[in-house]
Amino acid sequence: MPEPFRALTSKVLVLSQSNIDTDQIIPARFLTTTSREGLGRHAFHDWRYEADGTPKPEAVLNRIDPPEHRILLAGDNFGCGSSREHAPWALVDYGFRAVISTSIADIFSSNALKNGFLPVVVDQAVWDDLAAHPEQPVTLDLETQELRRGNHAPVAFTVEPFARQCLLDGVDTLGWLQNHLPAVEAYERARAKEPA
Amino acid sequence: MSPPRTLFDKVWDRHVVVPETADTPGVLYIDLHLVHEVTSPQAFTEIEARGLKVRRPDRTFATLDHSTPTLPAGLNGLKPYVTPEAEAQVHALEANCALHGVSLAGWDSADRGVVHVMGPELGLTQPGMTVVCGDSHTATHGAFGTLAFGIGTSEVAHVLATQCLIQRRSKAMRVTVDGVLSPGVSGKDVALAVIAELGFGGGTGFVIEYAGEAVRSLDMEGRMTLCNMSIEAGARAGMIAPDEKTVAWLKGRRHVPRGEAFERAAADWLTLASDPGAVFDAEVVIDGATIRPMATFGTTPDAGAPIGAPVPQPASDSERKALAYMGFEAGRATTDQPVDVVFIGSCTNGRLPDLRAAADVLRGRKVKPGVRMLVVPGSEAVRRDAEAEGLHTVFTQAGAEWRIPGCSMCIAMNGDFVGPGQLAVSTSNRNFEGRQGKGARTILASPATAAASAVMGVLTDPRLFLEKVDA
Ligand code: SF4
Repeated sequence: MPEPFRALTSKVLVLSQSNIDTDQIIPARFLTTTSREGLGRHAFHDWRYEADGTPKPEAVLNRIDPPEHRILLAGDNFGCGSSREHAPWALVDYGFRAVISTSIADIFSSNALKNGFLPVVVDQAVWDDLAAHPEQPVTLDLETQELRRGNHAPVAFTVEPFARQCLLDGVDTLGWLQNHLPAVEAYERARAKEPA
Repeated sequence: MSPPRTLFDKVWDRHVVVPETADTPGVLYIDLHLVHEVTSPQAFTEIEARGLKVRRPDRTFATLDHSTPTLPAGLNGLKPYVTPEAEAQVHALEANCALHGVSLAGWDSADRGVVHVMGPELGLTQPGMTVVCGDSHTATHGAFGTLAFGIGTSEVAHVLATQCLIQRRSKAMRVTVDGVLSPGVSGKDVALAVIAELGFGGGTGFVIEYAGEAVRSLDMEGRMTLCNMSIEAGARAGMIAPDEKTVAWLKGRRHVPRGEAFERAAADWLTLASDPGAVFDAEVVIDGATIRPMATFGTTPDAGAPIGAPVPQPASDSERKALAYMGFEAGRATTDQPVDVVFIGSCTNGRLPDLRAAADVLRGRKVKPGVRMLVVPGSEAVRRDAEAEGLHTVFTQAGAEWRIPGCSMCIAMNGDFVGPGQLAVSTSNRNFEGRQGKGARTILASPATAAASAVMGVLTDPRLFLEKVDA
């Protein structure tokens, strides 16, 4: 069960490329794991390392202090591609807790929200302004659903209400689903009576 | 009179256990849960940590496909796994299935195959069902008029434990492909044309229904290819209304009802079409007659164009970066660069008609020296059928490698990969940077195009060979 998530303040790490797919976030060859732990070392692996394993000095991810950058500012259509939940596992393990983009892929968002990682969609003007001031700390307040920074007017964002409640309260979604098992059983009985 | 409903509405409505409200999502019942070794171990761990069992093992079917070698065991009897971790992942699924009583198409099974090839083959996938798998290409099954979509591993645990998912209804989009497809244009070309039209994220938030004369004209395998790639436009799922082809294809398959029960089921399946007047949240119409054999030039599946067309000018830094990665130049065709690898297989194009289309091009011809060509059937059933027709001999005589079923070079996690900098023409579904191996450059295309490119050593329009046959 993820830790509750209320508000987060951090500098943003700008990855302006659009269509950052989950194969970039964690390449498939690292998916032969049976655990969800420790995947941060593979986050953006091929962006960070040469084929022989030496770090690429020019890679932005190798030039930052991860604890200072908990928020990614990514190009359009972030998290597209494979449904692997290893992507948010790797990002969270690396130290990221949120991504801001102009659009975020469905399955990635759904996976992220289950792992205490907040996907935030903003319009292009806000995105451009954030990208122009990467040193300015940004606050993502899930309670008020507002993005705040410096003297700027707060920018509203929305998170699906149930997912938001789950993040704020650390709700156990599997437990929530299990509470509905009597309805599931009734549904199954009703279906069994229908002519096949 | 109830208002007209879409195909998606009809399937959705049948599976609502608890309706959604403004504050809470609904609970949706899942008829069929397919499982593979990569996205399931952490889900089994999760339910075991809570002392739970798989609630409906009879609705859960597993296979081994992603981490599995496609070469046979060596003389020592050992399977050539790429790493001990890959082998451990396979053993973890074997152990989890044994513990929970889940059917597994394992190494010794004649049913084993890539999950989205196997499900329909066995008749597990049936019209009107909800089908999920921890895999984004689950949309493949929508070719049968099922609502089929990929889920994350936390949701795999949800379905294992409850047979349900927490869901909100998606928006519905209809993509109508009208007109008659030209010879040499396959389901893959239609898929690449649709994705080029919608854009890589253009389907985000939608379930797509594919309709129109050109879609109807596709065989079930072609329809599966089209639905398979729905996620490459960002869509949750793709669906096609069942028709007589669907019914005929399913008849007699192992898990499909027989006799009178089949007649009743088939009659029900044929009701699963969008009602006249049903309203979609978005509509897109494409003229199928204008579709040509397609190939991608960038590093997203929507960056595709007819083979031989000049690469368009990049409109953003991302597009410039993609062209630089691919080594292609705007304004020039991509048909003059030497191809290093050709891959035929995957859940997109690893079925019998795909292999036939490739073999038709290769028969009596040779793979160009210097090109490595790998043909990986999508399942054991495809392998048996192909070998019964002698297709494997066509491939091996042409100089291609004929392998054991699996995902193989589609995802490059089993040891089959495209080398750094090498250019591949692949019948799989993703051309992302590094998808087929670190530094690999991927052109997505149809099986006929892949085979023609293997012969010529450069990306080639397969109609070149069609015309020679006609002459
Ligand atoms: S063949 Fe490729 S896309 Fe299909 S299930 Fe395997 S890895 Fe995924």
